[in-house]
Amino acid sequence: MRRASGTNDFLIVIPAFNEEGAIAGVVRDINRVLPGAPVLVIDDCSEDGTKYTAKAAGADVLGLPYHLGLGGCVQAGYKLAFELGYDFVIRVDGDGQHDAADIPRVLAALRETGCQMVIGSRFCEHNGAHTSFLRALGIHLFRIILRPILGKPVQDPTSGFVGVNRQALEVFTRSFPLEYPEIETLVVLQRKRFQFQEIACQMRPRQAGRSSITPVKSLYYIVHVLLGVFVNILKFDSRRRKT
Amino acid sequence: MDRLLTVTTLLSIALILLVLFSVRRSHIRVEYSVSWLAASLALLLLSRSHGLLTWIANFLGLNDPPLALILLVFGLFLVVFYRFSVIISDLKDANIAMAQRLAILEFQLQSRHEGD
Repeated sequence: MRRASGTNDFLIVIPAFNEEGAIAGVVRDINRVLPGAPVLVIDDCSEDGTKYTAKAAGADVLGLPYHLGLGGCVQAGYKLAFELGYDFVIRVDGDGQHDAADIPRVLAALRETGCQMVIGSRFCEHNGAHTSFLRALGIHLFRIILRPILGKPVQDPTSGFVGVNRQALEVFTRSFPLEYPEIETLVVLQRKRFQFQEIACQMRPRQAGRSSITPVKSLYYIVHVLLGVFVNILKFDSRRRKT
Repeated sequence: MDRLLTVTTLLSIALILLVLFSVRRSHIRVEYSVSWLAASLALLLLSRSHGLLTWIANFLGLNDPPLALILLVFGLFLVVFYRFSVIISDLKDANIAMAQRLAILEFQLQSRHEGD
């Protein structure tokens, strides 16, 4: 993979775990929309052929030596992107749920607004997004919790379609939630007084494989993320007292 | 009560021997054996000092010295578990950082190799 060749250079990262069935399509879609754009698949020690399929489809692959979980996987990609000098990184899920056609819009929003993070949101406009009742309930709960912390509403706090600029990248190379990063990331950004913006994006059904989220895991997710948010608030307060 | 104290004494001696044996066999590193040795020595001391245990029970407002012993054992091992939670968390963080670094170095090495 080449180093960033100039300013405003971007990298697309795709964290993937056992996505052999979908990953080639995701990489090809991105190449079709953004020909020649560097695509990095971070293989979280998949048990299937994700690594080889992604490589065959034309992506660079960062292979982790053991399964780190989503946060550790994404952070590895951010660290590499930062070391290679990229100014913008767009994270797309490896299951094909995000439409590659939305990537240029996320990138444009990052460049034009100066926000440190842009979220591709399923719920900004009525764009046909549908989730299970339990998941919708969880998202609603987090919207309510995050509203006063962030000082503005967030429609899709669990979206995995996220663009960040180099400022955010630098923070995330040092501090990044390791298990379920999306929501905690927003609080980490808020602690740094960074800005984020949401733009409406399409969400498709996953192209292959099965979601690993079960009702028990959903409950664990809620408890874990609530605790993570609470811990980040504590860090936020101690920082305030020091300044 | 005497029987409970005797059992506690035997248990703490067994724990001390087990920890020392494990250190000797390199199953536990010396620095991590300190918490266990300190906890089991404290337990041994309490189980052999009837007066001290009664005094602690009175101090805690308990009529029953064995209850005070159980409470102290619980407290001591809670501290040990807390210490190990901190150590495990540090190790996990270091391990993740090292795995990421290893992956990045391997990636860069391979990119250089493919570039040649």
